[in-house]
Order: sequence, then C-alpha cells, then structure tokens
Amino acid sequence: MISIDELFNTFETGNGFWNPVLWLIAFVIIFLIIYIIRGFGNNSYKKGTGQTQVFLSGNPESDFESMHVKSSNLYWGWTESLKWIIDALKSMHNGNLSDYVLWFVIVMGALFLFVGLI
Amino acid sequence: MNFIDLIMSHAPALLVVIPLLGAFLTPLISKINDKVRNIFVIGILGVTAVFVLLVAQQVLDTGTITYVFGSSLQTVQNNTVIRILFEIDALSIFMALVSIILAFVASIYSWGFLEKETGQDKYYTLLLLMTAGMLGMVLTGDLFNFFVFIEITSIASAALIAFWTNKAKAVEAGFKYIFISTIGALFILFAIALLYGQYNALNIAKLADSITFTYLDKIALIIFISALAMKGGIVPMHMWLPDAYGRAPAPISLVLVGATQASIYGVFRVLFTLYGNVIHLPKISFGWILVLLGLITMIVGVIMAMIQTDFKRLIAYGAVAELGYIFLGVGTGLTIIANPDIGISSAPFAVEAMKGSIFHIINDALDVGLLFMVAGAVYYATKETSLNNLGGLARNMKYTTIFFIIGLLAISGIPPMNGFASKLLIYESTYQLNPIISIIAILSSIMLLAVFVKIFQSVFLGPKLKKFDDVKEVPKSMLIAMGIIASIIIFFGLFPDLIITNLVEPAVNALIHPENYLQWLTGGL
Repeated sequence: MISIDELFNTFETGNGFWNPVLWLIAFVIIFLIIYIIRGFGNNSYKKGTGQTQVFLSGNPESDFESMHVKSSNLYWGWTESLKWIIDALKSMHNGNLSDYVLWFVIVMGALFLFVGLI
Repeated sequence: MNFIDLIMSHAPALLVVIPLLGAFLTPLISKINDKVRNIFVIGILGVTAVFVLLVAQQVLDTGTITYVFGSSLQTVQNNTVIRILFEIDALSIFMALVSIILAFVASIYSWGFLEKETGQDKYYTLLLLMTAGMLGMVLTGDLFNFFVFIEITSIASAALIAFWTNKAKAVEAGFKYIFISTIGALFILFAIALLYGQYNALNIAKLADSITFTYLDKIALIIFISALAMKGGIVPMHMWLPDAYGRAPAPISLVLVGATQASIYGVFRVLFTLYGNVIHLPKISFGWILVLLGLITMIVGVIMAMIQTDFKRLIAYGAVAELGYIFLGVGTGLTIIANPDIGISSAPFAVEAMKGSIFHIINDALDVGLLFMVAGAVYYATKETSLNNLGGLARNMKYTTIFFIIGLLAISGIPPMNGFASKLLIYESTYQLNPIISIIAILSSIMLLAVFVKIFQSVFLGPKLKKFDDVKEVPKSMLIAMGIIASIIIFFGLFPDLIITNLVEPAVNALIHPENYLQWLTGGL
C-alpha cells in the first residue's frame, strides 16, 4: 500500500529536484494574489456599449468567420525563413514506398560503416 | 494447489492467451448483438489488464519470471535449443502495461467512435489480435517467438489501418505499413538465422550468454537495430508512420503507438540484453548512434509537424519527434555504460538519462494517444481533418477542448504534466554528456509546444463557424476513454517520484543489469 509520504515525495533528478504538488500550491497562491489585485481594478465596464466594440484603426470590422487565421498562415515567417530545409524535407517525404526502403538501406549501410564491417 | 494459485502460476501465458482466445470468439459473440460484443471485448481487455497488474506485482516483488510453455524450467536449462518461453522482467512488464492501457482505452473509445460503422466484428477481432501480438513481443524470451509476434502485430495493424476500405488513402497507408513491416520482419528473421546458425539457440538468455561479437554477430546486430528502428518510426525510416497513424481510425492510431514502442523495446532488448555482455567492445559506442538518431528524429519530426495542415498527420509527426527523446535518453545511458573508462558508477547521470527515457515511453504513449483521441473526436463531430477548415470548436466541444489542452501541455513538457518530469531528466542528463544535445532537445520541445498551439488556435479557438453550428460533444464512451488517459497523465504528472521509484527504476535496472535476465540459465531463479 502506498503511503501519503511516498505519494508526495520530492522527485530527485540527479542535479536538482521537482515537486509538482508544491509547484501547484505556489501557482494557486499566485493566482489568488492576481485575482485580489484584479479586484482593485476599474469596474466601470459596461457590456454592449461602445466600450466593447472593436476598433480597427477606423476600418470596418470584417465578417467574424473570415477573421479566423487559418492553420496554413500561422508561423508564416518561420516557415519562410527555413524554406530551404523544409523544401529538402518535403522532397524526402515523397510518399514513394521504394524510397522508404531506400532510407532503410542507407541507414543499414551507414551502420555497417560505423561498426567497420565495410 | 488451489484454483487461484493454479491460475497465477500460468498468468504469464494468460496475458497473451486471453486476448488471443477473445479474438477468435469475437466474431461469434458479434452474432448475438453489437452491445454484447463491445462489452465482451472491453471485458477481455479489462481481464488482461488485471493479469498484467498481477504479474507486474509479482515481478516487482520477486524479480524476473521465466515461464516455459509445455515444460518445466529444469528441462529447458538442460536443453535450451528450442523451447517457447516468456521471460518477464521489470522492463517487459512495464511495456506490457503501456500496451494494455492503450488497448483497453481504445476499446472503450471505439464503442462510440465506430457506432455507425460496418465491419465491427472484424475490427474488434483484429484489435484483440494486435494486443496479443504486442504483449507477446514484449514478454517473450525467445527470438523466433519475437518474430512471430511482430508478424501477428503487423498483419493485424495493417488491416486495421486500412479499416476504411472505401478510402483510397487508408488502403494505401495499410499497404505501405504491411510492406515496410514485412521488409523489417524479414531482416529480423535473417538476423535471427545468423545467430541460430552460430549458436544453435533461439533463446535470448542463452544467446546473450554465448555471443562473442564475431563478424556475423556484428552483422546481426546492425540488422536488428536498423529493422527495429524502422518499425519504431525512427528518422529517416519513419515515413510510413505519418501515413499509418494519419489514416487509421483514431483508436487504432492510439494502439499503434504501443506497437511502435514495442519495436523500440526490441532495440533496447537487443542492445542491452542480447548483446549486453559485449556491447562495450565496439570502439565507438552504439549509444552515440542512438543519440544521433534521436536528435535527427526530434528535429525532423518537429519541423515536419510545423508545416502539416492535416490534424492527425501533424500529431503523427509530433509522435515521431517524441520518439527521438526516448532514443536520446537511452543513447546517453548506453554511451556511458558501454565505456569502461567512465563506468556507470562515476557517471550516475547515465542512469538518470535512462530513467527519463523509460518514463518518457509511457508518457509519450499517453500524451500522443490522448491527442489522437481528440483528433478522432473532432473528426467524429465534424467529418473534417484539415486544420484549415476547422475553427471555433471550443464553443461546441468543451470537454474535448479541455482534453486537448491537457494533451498539449503534457506532450510539450509543460509542468506539472507528466511529460515535464521525463523531459527534465533527459535534459539534465544529456547536458552532462554534451550541452548542445540538451539545447537541441529543449528547442525541439519548445517547437512542439508551438506546433500544438497551432492546432489549438486552428481547431478550437476563433469565431464559431456556421457550418459547425450543429456540432455536438462526442458520445460518452469517447469522453470516458479520453478522461481515463487524461487522469493518468495528471496523476503521473503530480506524483512522478512514485511512478519512477516503483515502475521506471526497476525497468532501468533490468536494462543495465543483463545478468539478471540470464540467471535462470544457471538455475539462479
């Protein structure tokens, strides 16, 4: 049977330690402090008035559905800057079964070289 | 001997026999009605899970169990040539636990997920066969038996991947899987033949005791590692994996994670046990090969995941990246263990690295499994898998969204989820080997977070789309299945020390002390 002490043991990682329960308690305390600070904020918010309307530098607001950023457009800058490596990887993943086996042969060949059999 | 003792004495065999018999009974039970069949399958996997837990208790209490089919251990000690036996150490039972959790949860999930599908009798039969194959792979102590169980798993998996036979891409993925699996399995058979030809044995312990690292032994080792790594989805031999995971029904993708990990287990068993006595002989440690493959797997997996727009393919590439962490940790451990100049006693981080890796096996299975189930739930509700066509589903599918967030945090290694504890061990220990490796691992994890945030934004956030006005939350069985995995993730995350001390450490000790696996040869049990 597992004892309570055993359950809440601090996990030693070799060079450090990690106790998620303590971390969680700290997290809850921080959340409560933030919540209390929030209570001191301005409470003049009125739903449905001009306060809550979107202001897009004077431009009309688009249809909600078309405002959703699609998956393909996310991380555009990142994928564009790494285009060279992504293109190389894409050409590797060509869906051709013969190439899948070729990679297996290549790895096996590399291992033979590594062990010094060739 | 009373009945319970009798059953317990045959428990290792029952772990495979129960799902195997269940598989053959399933078509008959299906004749009664679907509900009875579903309860039967869940029951069979539930009973198997209970036996796994009982055997686990026994292994952790008393050490390695050797079960000989149709004979006694003494007979085999005198003549080890050919005899089917299961040798269950802490690593085997750890892997069995992973497999059975996934299969059991998949059976619950399938109830709702497949309620409108035809061919369920075949589906459940194959699911049980696949489970029997996976359990056999991780429990057997015989190499030829290992090959047979690989074949059982592969054939059942391929048929399940191609379950939606009306979809060309599913059939293509099934074909690719069986082709790659057959190539891998045939090479494994060839490697087994090389060892059998030299040592006249198929038993892993007997072979481990005999291997002298001859020229043929080296060839067999390379073939084993390459073929099992291909079946384990290690880059650059991973290309079948996104096809298979992406096209299979979601609960099958979940079980496939277990099947893939059973192959990874094969790599570790070969390196640490079969070649455990001679693994320090190569001038450059095989650990470095695992580290290198692990790094490439992480980087390629995460970059490819970043550019995917299909929900399940994206998760599949994420799963590839996660496999890299497993290889990285064990590779770090092996690099030290196989180096007699350093030695494990002067480099305790090697053991920590392996603990991280082995813990990551179960974490990866749970995290990736949960995400696949969420992808399946979204497909079930919307019939859509393209991330570009999804959006705003958090408004209609609140529970599914919560499960996704749990999966996202866990797979990205965000505290206090389970992935954090295992990745922390891997980061710390690989840093000791080489800080650059650790930095790459951390960067990959950050990128994984970005990848899954992309899914979260694309699928669950944003305005409600008109076409999804009628979308409702998925059936209860699917929510229960996701809930079970999410609960285990949170439990493992909150109490990592408990899991590492009781499950992971014994598994790591089983790996780094191959002599325990060989004990029964000399009557040491």
